[in-house]
Amino acid sequence: MKLFLVACAALSLCLPLHAKEAAPLAEDPVVEKRLINISEELRCLVCQNESLAGSQAELAKDLREEVRGLIKEGKSDSEVKDFLVSRYGDFVLYRPQIKPSTYLLWAGPFLLLFIGLFTLFRFLKQRSKEVVDTPLSDEEKKRAEALLKDAQS
Amino acid sequence: MIPELGHFALILAFFVSLVQGVLPLVGAHKNRADWVAVARPATAASFLLVGVSFACLTWAFYVNDFSVEYVAGHSNTQLPTMYRLSAVWGGHEGSLLLWVFMLVGWAAAVAAFSRQLPAAMVARVLGVLGLVTVGLMAFVLLTSNPFDRLMSPPAEGRSLNPLLQDPGLIYHPPLLYMGYVGMAVAYAFAMAALLAGQLDAAWARWSRPWTTVAWVFLTLGIALGSWWAYYELGWGGWWFWDPVENASFMPWLVCTALIHSLAVTEKRGSFKNWTVLLAIAAFSLSLLGTFLVRSGVLTSVHAFATDPKRGLFILILLAVVVGASLLLFAARAPKVSPGGRFELISRETFLLVNNVLLVVACGAVLLGTLYPLIVDAFGGGKISVGPPYFNAVFIPIMLPLLVLVALGPVARWKQADLPAMLKKLWPAAVAAVAAGIVLPMLAGEWHAYVALALALVGWMSAALVLQTIDRLKAGSPTASWWGMQIAHFGLAVMVVGIAMVSTYQEERDVRMEPGETVSVGGYTFKFLGVKESRGPNYTADVGTFELSQDGKLMRLLHPEKRAYDTSQMPMTEAAIDAGFTRDVYVSLAEPLSPDVENGPWAVRVYFKPFVDWIWGGSLLMALGGLLAAADRRYRIRAKSSAAVAANAAGAAA
Repeated sequence: MKLFLVACAALSLCLPLHAKEAAPLAEDPVVEKRLINISEELRCLVCQNESLAGSQAELAKDLREEVRGLIKEGKSDSEVKDFLVSRYGDFVLYRPQIKPSTYLLWAGPFLLLFIGLFTLFRFLKQRSKEVVDTPLSDEEKKRAEALLKDAQS
Repeated sequence: MIPELGHFALILAFFVSLVQGVLPLVGAHKNRADWVAVARPATAASFLLVGVSFACLTWAFYVNDFSVEYVAGHSNTQLPTMYRLSAVWGGHEGSLLLWVFMLVGWAAAVAAFSRQLPAAMVARVLGVLGLVTVGLMAFVLLTSNPFDRLMSPPAEGRSLNPLLQDPGLIYHPPLLYMGYVGMAVAYAFAMAALLAGQLDAAWARWSRPWTTVAWVFLTLGIALGSWWAYYELGWGGWWFWDPVENASFMPWLVCTALIHSLAVTEKRGSFKNWTVLLAIAAFSLSLLGTFLVRSGVLTSVHAFATDPKRGLFILILLAVVVGASLLLFAARAPKVSPGGRFELISRETFLLVNNVLLVVACGAVLLGTLYPLIVDAFGGGKISVGPPYFNAVFIPIMLPLLVLVALGPVARWKQADLPAMLKKLWPAAVAAVAAGIVLPMLAGEWHAYVALALALVGWMSAALVLQTIDRLKAGSPTASWWGMQIAHFGLAVMVVGIAMVSTYQEERDVRMEPGETVSVGGYTFKFLGVKESRGPNYTADVGTFELSQDGKLMRLLHPEKRAYDTSQMPMTEAAIDAGFTRDVYVSLAEPLSPDVENGPWAVRVYFKPFVDWIWGGSLLMALGGLLAAADRRYRIRAKSSAAVAANAAGAAA
């Protein structure tokens, strides 16, 4: 929080008083855009279930400021995330890393899709062999026609 | 006295439901008309008793009876009357009582509006619903009694979670629960048909309107919840793949599959087993949703009341429901006839693929929701599965569905002529390509993702128009046909909203002194300052912003930052200027100096193109569902078929 206030104070010093256009919280729109992109994939650790981008909690603000700093130092997106994982663990990532314990998570849906479509296809083939249409006898046809007429009137 | 009356009524209702759950089922099995006849009066009595119980709890809230623990925990005298009444379902105990009330309400509706059905069938449906009611009432009475008294009542209650003090939250839970609980009706019809050994087109026809109405409620409930999150949580998001959101979305996906599968069962007599399984799955998923929300096993923004003991009870109930249903299914399913023959390319196949995709999508959501629990249970540590994951797996599964939406309704039953369909739909393909290329350029930058989405929208909408023209030539279509078209159109509208807002939304985080301006999406906000104001049970910093476009003043916007008397968490009330093609959204983040009224504030502004189309699309889907359920054919008494069904039921019993 302190860091944030300092940043704000520094920011306000650079600006002419009562400028018409409001100052963005970060000087650099490119940094800000990257900050949003990164922090949308990170979990706010003190909230129930909110992203770092959306959260209004103090810790989230501090962390956003820290991420901003890392970006400005020239760290890549994945370096920023790695840093946060090293500090807070995998829990901070909303996009779980691909590793043995998450193979099933990432492959699961597509495996399901494959199994589903495959089973469906086999079921259809099997079914078309088993089900045979028994055509109506003349007697039945007459009854059906009579019923249809009855329903229409 | 009144709370005891409510408690007593609930206990009575429990025993009445027990009667409703046992006698009619046994009566239908043994062919005893007198026992079968118990079903309707028992259902009505149970409905009245739970109604009395619910009214008693509402009364306790109305008169601020803080000797009732639940009231003391969720309301106080400062709370406006409207929220005092909606606080009845603001916590765990009350929302479960609402659950039960709606369940008996659905049962009463089935009893009242199914006069054209054979008595044995109605008795079985009401019996199954009675058993489900017994399970849930036991849950309320044993683990979550809302009428528990406090030995020394406090002078003042603890109040309702400020997040819930919002008009949207008055309607959201009842609508959502109506949908959740409605799954029980679809389930009861399926169980009744299995019990009678009579899975046929008649069963599908009877259960269809009920399933569709439940689906309509679920759709509206989810949409309202999403809208609430959008304007109340202050970060401009409308869906976060939160476990609790997923808990309501999974039954929705399966119920959507069920509606389509019921169509085949009704029209063609096929997929009966599959339809029954879907009905079981839909209801099990709504129970699972309740378990996830109530047990606190998952951390979520919405889990307002959590308790592991209660979770265990629901888990057992879930196991009993699923286990018993599947056993019954295994015993009865092999005897079911497979229905009529159809070719590989036919409407039946298209609808089956629809079902596979929806169920797989639901499976993916389930996997993502439960995976952190599984990993944790196996000692893999804590992980989070959030929006990036769900978007990555859910969207690819849904895309083929959007292609099929146009094909299914054009395809014929039994055997479709693919070349003829393509010949009919080629203008839609052209429209798709054109929409994909042109529309994103009109909106701003061209992105592959939004181009694909808009191409699919072009494909769906053009196909809808072509189908409608075609169908109108053949005479006036039925209400349910229009329902289908409108619901499918709603899906297209929703896709526009999702694609546009996720691609072209703009967001700015700024520090604003009074008098400064910020622009987003061509709109300019001028900050005029903040004034403190007093609400009924909170103080608010109310900001004033001038919204203008091209130098022309449009209106004033008043976002608020509220501090409720009973809560530490400040609440953000965004101010939104909603429009047909865009929302502009401003929220106050926090003051940046001690001088709150005249000092600078951190402010967030958003430009959200087409965001309202998301909820507009959901409304269209719900409207389509209502039209479909209102179709005349569900209400006419099919003399001969009902008589035949009654005979068959008698023979089976």
